[in-house]
Amino acid sequence: MASNPTSDALPGLPLLPGAGAKSRTRRSFRMLPGFGLTMGYTLVYVSLIVLLPLSAAFLRSAELGPEKFWQVITAPRVLASLRLSFGAALIAASLNGVFGFIIAWALTRQRFPARRLFDAIIDLPFALPTAVAGIALTALYAPNGWIGQLLLPLGIRVAYTPLGIVVALAFVSLPFVVRTLQPVLGDLDRELERAAETLGASSIQTFIWVVLPSIWPTLLTGVALGFSRAVGEYGSVIFIAGNIPMVSEIAPLMIMTKLEQYQYAEATAIAVVMLLASFALMFGINGLQLWAQRRRPAR
Amino acid sequence: MIRGQQIPEELGRYALLGVALLYLVGLVAMPLVVVFVEAFANGIGSYVRALLDPYALAAMRLTLLTAAVVVPLNLVFGVAAAWAIAKFEFRGKNVLITTIDLPFAVSPVISGLIYVLMFGAQGWFGPWLLAHGVHIIFAVPGIVLATTFVTVPFVARELIPLMQTQGNDEELTALSLGASGWQTFRLVTLPNIRWGLLYGVLLCNARAMGEFGAVSVVSGHIRGQTNTLPLHIEILHSEYNYVGAFASASILALLALVTLVAKTLLERRHPELRAGVTPRA
Repeated sequence: MASNPTSDALPGLPLLPGAGAKSRTRRSFRMLPGFGLTMGYTLVYVSLIVLLPLSAAFLRSAELGPEKFWQVITAPRVLASLRLSFGAALIAASLNGVFGFIIAWALTRQRFPARRLFDAIIDLPFALPTAVAGIALTALYAPNGWIGQLLLPLGIRVAYTPLGIVVALAFVSLPFVVRTLQPVLGDLDRELERAAETLGASSIQTFIWVVLPSIWPTLLTGVALGFSRAVGEYGSVIFIAGNIPMVSEIAPLMIMTKLEQYQYAEATAIAVVMLLASFALMFGINGLQLWAQRRRPAR
Repeated sequence: MIRGQQIPEELGRYALLGVALLYLVGLVAMPLVVVFVEAFANGIGSYVRALLDPYALAAMRLTLLTAAVVVPLNLVFGVAAAWAIAKFEFRGKNVLITTIDLPFAVSPVISGLIYVLMFGAQGWFGPWLLAHGVHIIFAVPGIVLATTFVTVPFVARELIPLMQTQGNDEELTALSLGASGWQTFRLVTLPNIRWGLLYGVLLCNARAMGEFGAVSVVSGHIRGQTNTLPLHIEILHSEYNYVGAFASASILALLALVTLVAKTLLERRHPELRAGVTPRA
């Protein structure tokens, strides 16, 4: 049986209907053992640990009925918390879109002392538990903290205000932006930029007309990933937020509060809104990644 | 290009570099430093006393226990899932990969909530479990389950791309030479994926020991019984016991540093490992 070389060359891509793909399927089934066992185990595990519990959220919220559901999620305090979570996450992700881009540029294009150390530290928000990040950022940005006391004379209060939430969310979402951009910035064809410069473009013009168009989809992907991580964040935020209803109370904390008052159905309704948004984001990001890959010139 | 233009451009370059480093230091590096400074604010004596507090020790024990259960569970799952997904072609593969990734898209609080909806007193199985004297929510099993949920993707998503690039040829050769399926896995596949496995386990472990939101929902916060180290930090912090909170935090920060160093070293020797953790939602 001749196997189709193209199906070998494209691991991980969705299986396209076609004779070559089919023959490969049959051959693999015959040759490598363990498909039934590992697939069965995977499906059972994912169903029990992931799908069944997640379905509980949707089914339990359905018990509310559409009218009550709408009432719960449009209650002023709930709406304010959702607006805050999404708004602060959007601001934090966008901030990282700008500063994360500069950091990625510095790490891939510049030589400076301790560059590898700075590169390694980008992943700290992945590795540092959110509660630790939360109390550390609070200590740092409190009015008497190292950074907080520098900002206070300027009239800027960070800790215990919505701005503190933005700082915490910027912390947790930074690696998503930088790590998404880094490989693409590194691969970018420097010849094009040099050509633009030789033709008399300033570095700002080169950036806007040459670099940005080719990196735009990737930048958007990174920001969307950061946003998606920040929207549901809880641990690092609650310490620095101040948690004042209607002002600095994020949606996950709202869920927590409802749970503590044994309002399970209401907590679940808010959760469903956030889950739907997260899933929509996930699909959007998958689309963005495909777009970014297609836009990326093959090396 | 004329010389006059080059000098402002150099300045701009340095300014941008400065902005990048300032942002990194203020947002990422300084929080790490502040943990240790605050932990030792009252000297080494109070630091050690804070760590030897019975509740702190109990919290560390529970955190270690949780990771000791969760990491092997997700390790076995990750290997099984990667074998099925990377070595075979089947319909709906992308749906399965997305499903495995789902926990990363879910807010930690919701990750805890869904287990309360399943096993809590008002949950699907709660009343039956209570009638049989089984406590899951506000007890250790709930903490283990919620932590398992949030760390499901780590090992699998690291191994899938790695095994996909390695292909099936070596395994097929071993089989054709008469090796059994298990021998093929143990002697051919496992050595090929060992660094990826270690990498995934490191990240899985860091998250399992540090998880806060999900565990917070299901734990019940009973000191000495259902308090993990991150929850212990929250309690001490809310009691204004900052040295205690930061002392416990310093243990988790050290764990994060060790993870980061090991991860960096692994990436330096095996750059292909990076592919699996290129962040996705």
